[in-house]
Amino acid sequence: MTTDFGYALLIPLIPLLMFLLLGLAGNQLKARLSGLLGTIGLGVVFVLSYYTAYKYFFATEKIAGAFSKITAFDMVWLRFSDSLHINMGILLDPISVMMLVVISTVSFMVHIYSLGYMKGEVGFERFYAFLSLFSFSMLGLVLANNIFQMYIFWELVGVSSFLLIGFYYQRPTAVLASKKAFIVTRFADLGFLIGILLLSFNTGTFDFSILCDPQGAAIATGSGAAFLGLSVMTWSLIFVFMGGAGKSAMFPLHIWLPDAMEGPTPVSALIHAATMVVAGVYLVARLFPVYIISAPDALVVVAYIGAFSSIFAAVIACTQTDIKRVLAYSTMSQIGLMMVGLGVSGYGGHEGLGYMASMFHLFTHAMFKALLFLGAGAIIHAVHSNHMTEMGGLRKYLPITHITFLIACLTIAGIPPFSAFFSKDEILVAAWHHDKLIFAVEYIVAGLTAFYMFRLYFNIFWGKETHYHHTPHEAPAVMTIPLIFLAFLSVFSGFIPFSKLVTTDGIPFEGHIDWSLALPSVFIGLVGIIIAMVMYKKETSLPDKVAATFKHGYKWAFNKFYMDEVYMFVTKKIIFAYISTPVAWFDRHIVDGSMNGISRLTNAFSFRIREFQSGQLQKYGFVFISGVLLLTFLMVYLWN
Amino acid sequence: MNNGIPLQYFLILASIMFFVGIYGFLTRRNLIGILMSVELILNSVNINFLAFNRYLYPDRLEGLFFSLFIIAVAAAEAAVAIAIIINIYRRFSTVNVEHVNEMRF
Amino acid sequence: MEMNQIIFILFAAIIVVFSILTVTSRRILRAAVSLLFVLVSTAGLYFMLNFAFLAAVQLALYAGGIVVLIIFSILLTSHISQKMEAVDLKKSVFSALAVILGMILTITTILQFSFQATTAAAAEINMEVIGKAMLSYEVDGFVLPFELISVLLLAAMVAAIIIAKKGSPVSDAPNPDKP
Repeated sequence: MTTDFGYALLIPLIPLLMFLLLGLAGNQLKARLSGLLGTIGLGVVFVLSYYTAYKYFFATEKIAGAFSKITAFDMVWLRFSDSLHINMGILLDPISVMMLVVISTVSFMVHIYSLGYMKGEVGFERFYAFLSLFSFSMLGLVLANNIFQMYIFWELVGVSSFLLIGFYYQRPTAVLASKKAFIVTRFADLGFLIGILLLSFNTGTFDFSILCDPQGAAIATGSGAAFLGLSVMTWSLIFVFMGGAGKSAMFPLHIWLPDAMEGPTPVSALIHAATMVVAGVYLVARLFPVYIISAPDALVVVAYIGAFSSIFAAVIACTQTDIKRVLAYSTMSQIGLMMVGLGVSGYGGHEGLGYMASMFHLFTHAMFKALLFLGAGAIIHAVHSNHMTEMGGLRKYLPITHITFLIACLTIAGIPPFSAFFSKDEILVAAWHHDKLIFAVEYIVAGLTAFYMFRLYFNIFWGKETHYHHTPHEAPAVMTIPLIFLAFLSVFSGFIPFSKLVTTDGIPFEGHIDWSLALPSVFIGLVGIIIAMVMYKKETSLPDKVAATFKHGYKWAFNKFYMDEVYMFVTKKIIFAYISTPVAWFDRHIVDGSMNGISRLTNAFSFRIREFQSGQLQKYGFVFISGVLLLTFLMVYLWN
Repeated sequence: MNNGIPLQYFLILASIMFFVGIYGFLTRRNLIGILMSVELILNSVNINFLAFNRYLYPDRLEGLFFSLFIIAVAAAEAAVAIAIIINIYRRFSTVNVEHVNEMRF
Repeated sequence: MEMNQIIFILFAAIIVVFSILTVTSRRILRAAVSLLFVLVSTAGLYFMLNFAFLAAVQLALYAGGIVVLIIFSILLTSHISQKMEAVDLKKSVFSALAVILGMILTITTILQFSFQATTAAAAEINMEVIGKAMLSYEVDGFVLPFELISVLLLAAMVAAIIIAKKGSPVSDAPNPDKP
């Protein structure tokens, strides 16, 4: 604890300063300069984060063989009473340091990339201001040392996501999408808030280091009282997970994520692929000791929702034609996989394999998914379309994008030695040991993932020769350099010995690859790739035939299983019609009506009695003297 | 000089004067009339003070001095009131209180 | 009947009759003269109570000062022969009722109450005693109210001048009497 991490305070503060600078003075600066300023700020954060990671993992003494939790900064922010106060602080532990690296890397790359991608857009400096705000919020979220601070930054992240999705606010679809994202995640955050209140009421603390101490008193409390057969602790953690599910787009709160693709592509890469959407995973991981010890039932919920979401999204992804939407569903599917990893994990040593794998996958996923999105951005930049039906044969025009995209596809498909092979394999191993059903689901998902990713790949870069209005050209260097850097990370980050760094109890263990499970998963990945190749490498009628075979299934999946329609039905036809309308009527006629009635009554009454206020001094005097006499009479004769 | 006159006589006289002053205060419409009624009221109070002083506490001087101060206050009040009345007359061309009713709703 | 009782009754009668005239007379100047009679009679009562100084003050200040002031202002604001309009009957009846009830209440209370006089010897009141008491800050000294009243008088003087001073004519003043 003696190691000085005080400078860590700068990590969230620099983006905040940038946000204030660009937000307040941005339109005075030249667009290019404000972009550069934001990028430089993030560059500093990037360096600081890597330095912190180095210092934390390699230069700090372990306590009893475990990575210690370091509170680098702590201050009481709101004091209500001695037991109820909200702090602002910075907590460094393996997962927050890992998240620092993820966020700063992706954010920095996106900042650089956006210099090219957003060039010439109206509101360039606004875009960078929002990016800085988002980076600040996300860094504050992962560094939070208490759950309430996390909640505050959680909402800030939601706001910045809202702002960035609605960046093209002249476009009605973008406005709708940002509204949808905000409302759906707000609704989920209500659950999070309820969860926080229940949890902190039961344990009497907001502080993570007390809350998550496996030997601590906080965890032991609250498991006694029961409601509907589950302990209060379980309920509170399920509510907390509801918040996480909202942000991480888990079924059934996922509907905002595909629409969020209306935002600029770098935003999708940063927020809706690599960082914000994994906040839910991070939240569960942060509270993991509480989950595993006092509410294992809640973890089962996490695992099953994760598994269902992953297969649900993978099926939809196979049918979509908008490349960003395919990637969005793929993100949802991969996050489901991470949730599964957490859900099937145990605590301590090798038991905590799922937890480690989940964090590992979070890390690798952030890299390759950001790469995919940025690659998609480069493609869209070149073709000016989102639809893969309007693309084809692009490998000749976009060589760098092609190679990096291919690497990302191979990575997500789980082909060794690319990074996701290692992380996905670990999750599958953990699932195998814990729950065979979930393993089976995830195994299928692995195949589907490979299939839809290569369907995308072949459709874009191979397939039919398409005639473009103007010849597509490779993106400028500011855009390709981040692609290359992320591709590099996608390839090699798998060799990071995560089991030595991020574990449930902080104690490293020896991880190894279980080939008996790894080989089948590689096999199914290859099967998926081959099917995709057969169907899409050359333009054939095969896809249509397949679609015709699974006519109804295809239609359902193509329409995203009608989830949006279900929501619309539930909200419009049921909630609005049967709850909101009567409530509105009640409000308008009974609540407002009584208030209006009171005012109308007062008005009428005062209109009647205004004659008393005649301005005739002597009338007032008469009333006054009569009153005095009456009082005197009362006092003299009746009082005694 | 006051032998054989009970205290109550003075008090009754003062209260009659007081209530006559009140009557005038309530019924007069002329502002100067009202001012004169107020003078009556103040005088009746003076009589009360002095009678109490003479009959009940002949060794003290409070009644005397309070009367003196009341007279001084009455003088000040009369001066200010007349200034106001003149101003009102200048503004409204009347000293009838019923016409000076800007406080009315 | 003793002489002083007769004099008291005389004064009392003058006071009651002229008080009533003061508040009922329809000629405002006559009312002012009635007030003068009332004030002079009151000064007589002060003499009877052996407050010669105060009686002198009453004569000089009230009769000589305030009444003259009032007459001046009457002359400024109305015509000598002007008769005031009759009092509204309802208003006068109700006021009289309230006043008479109040009078009955007060007088019965006075008659029922038994006043206790001190047995201490009467103090000699002459100018020297009054002057010393007025400027004394010992017990039974009145220097504080004396100073206060002097400040008040000054303030009233200034206020009276400022209020009555002819300012800029108020053109937009509402004037219910003139169309």
